[in-house]
Amino acid sequence: MEPLIRVENLVKIYRTGRVEVRALQGVSFSVFPGEFIAIMGPSGSGKTTLMNILGCLDTPTAGRYLLDGVEVSSLRENQLAEIRNRKIGFVFQNFHLLPRFTAFQNVELPLLYAGVPRSLRVRRVRELLERVGLGDRMHHRPNELSGGQMQRVAIARALVNDPALILADEPTGNLDTLSGEEIMAIFQELNEEGRTIILVTHERDIAQHARRVVHFRDGKILKNEDVIDRISAKRLLGELKKERVVQEEEP
Amino acid sequence: MNLSESFRTALFNLLANKLRSFLTMLGVIIGVASVVAMVGLGQGMRAQIVSQLTSLGSNILTVVPGKVRQGPGSFFMARGGGDILQYEYFRELRETPFPGIQAVTTETMARFTVTAGRESVVVSVVGTTPEFLEVRNFTLLYGRSCNGYDFTYSRRVAVLGHTVAQDLFGNPEVSVGQSIRIGRNIFTVIGVLEPKTAGGQDLGNQVFVPLTTHRRYLTGSRYLQNIIVQVDTRENIPLVSTWLSDFFTRKVGDPEKFSILNQQDILETVESVTGSITLFLAVIAGISLLVGGIGIMNIMLVSVAERTREIGLRKAIGAKPRDILLQFLLESSLLSLVGGGIGVVFGVFAGKSMASFSQFPFVVSPQVVALALSVSLAVGLFFGMYPARRASRLDPIAALRYE
Ligand SMILES: Nc1ncnc2c1ncn2[C@@H]1O[C@H](COP(=O)(O)OP(=O)(O)O)[C@@H](O)[C@H]1O
Ligand SMILES: [Mg+2]
Repeated sequence: MEPLIRVENLVKIYRTGRVEVRALQGVSFSVFPGEFIAIMGPSGSGKTTLMNILGCLDTPTAGRYLLDGVEVSSLRENQLAEIRNRKIGFVFQNFHLLPRFTAFQNVELPLLYAGVPRSLRVRRVRELLERVGLGDRMHHRPNELSGGQMQRVAIARALVNDPALILADEPTGNLDTLSGEEIMAIFQELNEEGRTIILVTHERDIAQHARRVVHFRDGKILKNEDVIDRISAKRLLGELKKERVVQEEEP
Repeated sequence: MNLSESFRTALFNLLANKLRSFLTMLGVIIGVASVVAMVGLGQGMRAQIVSQLTSLGSNILTVVPGKVRQGPGSFFMARGGGDILQYEYFRELRETPFPGIQAVTTETMARFTVTAGRESVVVSVVGTTPEFLEVRNFTLLYGRSCNGYDFTYSRRVAVLGHTVAQDLFGNPEVSVGQSIRIGRNIFTVIGVLEPKTAGGQDLGNQVFVPLTTHRRYLTGSRYLQNIIVQVDTRENIPLVSTWLSDFFTRKVGDPEKFSILNQQDILETVESVTGSITLFLAVIAGISLLVGGIGIMNIMLVSVAERTREIGLRKAIGAKPRDILLQFLLESSLLSLVGGGIGVVFGVFAGKSMASFSQFPFVVSPQVVALALSVSLAVGLFFGMYPARRASRLDPIAALRYE
């Protein structure tokens, strides 16, 4: 099987004045369709830098990046924009919803840039907001939503053009445990349906939801292991909710 | 993203900051309003003068006492005047056939109280010849015009302008055959003219009598105020004009004591004067639109800075540079175009109310409105270009991190 993503010897060097930061120092790995990978490493280890390159938002200083067999460095700006629009769904730590727009309008944005006609857009946005459990919050603005709800809007937005790849950079970083678990449940469900997901986190508990964990440190991959005792977010959520009910019933 | 979606987004953004959008538009509004008002007034002035001149009939040369000259940039300057044109010159001119001259007439006026029964009005009583109808483009409504007999025998007959007939008799139709008093003499009304105005001025407020009658019963003067010569074709005007000049120089003795006014020359002068006024206004308008444009550019730069994160996000989910460019360009051009539209409305109102204090009409010409709108659109595009380019070139990652 052809890998969806293949990176070889990826290097990224930031130069700020005289200081040189080597954010990535030769990263190589492949991701196959249907995988669910967690990139785990401490803060400052270069995870976001890697995600931005994988998301075609940034270019590496050196090394190769092939997305679906296509050399990304050979693409022009408009082609990159199209890839970001159709092939990749990005989920950010701090949601990045447009504050003046409703949930519906935020999810609709990628469809606008894809040139999807209005009637189709309405159907698609509805479908996705219902899927992330926000069918009744469609016309709320971000400031009327909780953190978990905002992140679910962002996930709906990432999914709306039916991308092959979901990139999530610390999607639970700004959420409480319960909301984070709900987000992870959605990701696991998406992966079970066959979607490829790359997730970045610095928390072991979150990484345990993936099928494979890539350990990352100082811009390098330390090791690459399959997850053995995988957490099912759905089951965990059920338990968490039961506990809560029990706590409330105790005098 | 297609155009109509970009348009909706632009509108949404402008409406989100109503006061700011309005204040930004103000520069363009004031600029466009002042142009529309000023040009409309200028054109009204011009239209009135032109229609006054052309309503006098076509291919007319007018001999007047005194020297009238076209001053530099300004209008006409008159010097001298007074009693120069003798009745005898007029008679001789009428009796001298010259190729190209179609008719010779005069309009020598004096103001009199005209009375019929209990009604009386003070109007211009014009001494003229039977040809005045054709020469001045008047049409008879009732009765007849004065004829050669009336003229030769100095009959006391009068043709009334429509307004005078209306004022004196209530119904112009019944006035034919009635008697009226002009000064101390009784006249018989023989005809009524159709209503006529020239550039807002009522030409129906006059009474026409034979010149001979006018001299004998009303003024007793040997002199005429003007001699009006109608030339058969436009091509013959220079020829006739030269001949008239020779004729009157011979009679009067000094070419500086009279002038021959050519309708065409006057028209051209009016055009050139109003043309330079319009140019001057266009320069002022250009400056105020420039100021308005700088205002738009300024607010668009602020807007790009405020929405840096939004731009970054839009790029991250697939906006192309040209989508961002279009969005900001649409916003700036919408601002200035709507400003231009409001400016046109304000300008028309302001111009109309200014015109109502003057004797000139206000002219809203579609060309001026179209020009004002397209110039404001161009201002929006021009001054929106730099901020829009800046937005479209933002690096998505840096933009997403922007605080
Ligand atoms: N735009 C930038 N300019 C300079 N240094 C940067 C930039 N972005 C990230 N870095 C540096 O690169 C390193 C990796 O950062 P990042 O990829 O954000 O790490 P992580 O997401 O794992 O916390 C850090 O030392 C950070 O300071
Ligand atoms: Mg990070």
